Amino acid sequence: MSAGTPTARASRVRRFGSWYVAEHRFRVMRSYAQTITVTGIGNPLIYLYALGVGLATLVDQNLGPDAVNGVGYLQFVAPALLGMAAITVASEEFTYPIMLGFKWNPTFYGMNAAPISPAQIINGVVISVAARMFATCGLYYVFMLLFGAVVRPAGVLMIPVALLVGLGFGALLMAYTATLTEDTGQLAMLMRFVILPMTLFSGTFFPLSQLPIFLQWIGWLSPLWHGVELSRVLSYGAVEPLWLSVVHVAYPACLLAVGWWLAVRFAKRRLNK
Amino acid sequence: MPEPVITAVNLVKKYKDFAAVDNVSFEIAPGESFGFLGPNGAGKSTVMRMVGAVSTRTSGALSVLGLDPDEYGPEIRSRLGVVPQADNLDTELRVRENLLVYGRYFGLPRRQIASRADELLEFAQLTERAKAKVDDLSGGMKRRLTIARALINEPRILLLDEPTTGLDPQARHILWDRLFRLKEQGTTLVLTTHYMDEAEQLCDRLVVVDKGRIMAEGTPASLIASYSSREVLEMRFGSGHNADAGERLVGFGDRIEVLPDRVLVYSSDGEAELSRIPSTGLTPITSLVRRSSLEDVFLRLTGRSLVE
Repeated sequence: MSAGTPTARASRVRRFGSWYVAEHRFRVMRSYAQTITVTGIGNPLIYLYALGVGLATLVDQNLGPDAVNGVGYLQFVAPALLGMAAITVASEEFTYPIMLGFKWNPTFYGMNAAPISPAQIINGVVISVAARMFATCGLYYVFMLLFGAVVRPAGVLMIPVALLVGLGFGALLMAYTATLTEDTGQLAMLMRFVILPMTLFSGTFFPLSQLPIFLQWIGWLSPLWHGVELSRVLSYGAVEPLWLSVVHVAYPACLLAVGWWLAVRFAKRRLNK
Repeated sequence: MPEPVITAVNLVKKYKDFAAVDNVSFEIAPGESFGFLGPNGAGKSTVMRMVGAVSTRTSGALSVLGLDPDEYGPEIRSRLGVVPQADNLDTELRVRENLLVYGRYFGLPRRQIASRADELLEFAQLTERAKAKVDDLSGGMKRRLTIARALINEPRILLLDEPTTGLDPQARHILWDRLFRLKEQGTTLVLTTHYMDEAEQLCDRLVVVDKGRIMAEGTPASLIASYSSREVLEMRFGSGHNADAGERLVGFGDRIEVLPDRVLVYSSDGEAELSRIPSTGLTPITSLVRRSSLEDVFLRLTGRSLVE
């Protein structure tokens, strides 16, 4: 066979298997490419217009042009919108497609019957979601620039921060979904009672300090809050101590490591029956 | 026997305290067509998953293509083709795309996969359906596509877990014909089934399994010769009367089996037995003389029928 000996082929799969899984995910994403494109362009337009222009007019009229944090409301809210876009991609790609692969249309078992390992399946999913998230956030950033929502050039670093937040949260979602043997509404509950509150109360639309102290833990636990706070430093120079910025990177990074590790463990356990 | 491609010695798979596979040993020669015949829950699929290097054994020794699955999973799997019991074709992709994507999991170059995919669609008689959605295929077509997919890496061994379960008779015959061609080309076939006719059609050699253990091993003909008579007289006396009739037939044939719905008389000459029935005063509602089959072997070994 021209592709080399079976052993050579197997060692190629040992090295590149994760990419082959990602290839599969991209091919599947092509089947809903329209949705991805429409939401990728539509969401930033709608949100930036509604909040950054509509709501911002009201806020800025009442509080002045340096309304929140010393900047206008548009500049204040834009980093949060970018983070939310990453979270949205994560909550789409790390839930139902995982349920699908393990249960509804068990393609993960098919991959595993070929030389692909359970860890490579998880890695491949992460790679493909990271790519979609990068494209979505990159596009979002362009719209932010067009709306004048970014003050400093360093704002472009908000894109990797959003990716870190999205993947950190998403890895946990993926690990959890990998343990579900049946979806009796858990995922829908998660969307409603975890993801939605998180996007509202993570210092996104108003500073966390506006919440009573007994609710502020929501922000500290939320990877979105950490990402958004850091993004504000990058985008318009919000002031915070350096150690806090370090925490803003370390915390989502830890979630990503733990979630990824757990997801691999659960996938191994589930596929090795 | 030439160097076996699969060797299992005292293979055990336990789930907590339950032994799904309990001390199973077998050897499969290259090019052989080897079957596991047994009812649902006998542990056949578990054996297949261990041989397929996706399920870790609890104890015992296992060698596939000379390698230990615990250490060389990807190496073994790169040379196997697997047809699982439940189709796991990708319903989000089209027919031909399923083959293209699957070939990539073996690290094969795209161009090679593309030409191989077209050959396999031809082999599976699905060329016209190349662009169809998987969900629009019939059950038999899906199975053929799954087999085509399993052949994308030109495997030396094809593992088939209940290849024709749930298919109508015509679809089964088409499938058997395709599998027979593979066998003629020298592919080693390992299959599980609870259909005795499938085992008789496809297997050079088989083991009868029940409750995780191997009950007997041999060619279909030798198993029938050792565990059954040449012919069987089957009679139905109506529900509730079979047990009673069975008692009155003691002494007929070599052996008698009483099932809830019929009585079986094992004998070298079924017609002769049938001609003596009127002398007992019994009148069967229906009667049939047939050759012994693997079903009878299974009944003899386990006291139960294969399909319950």
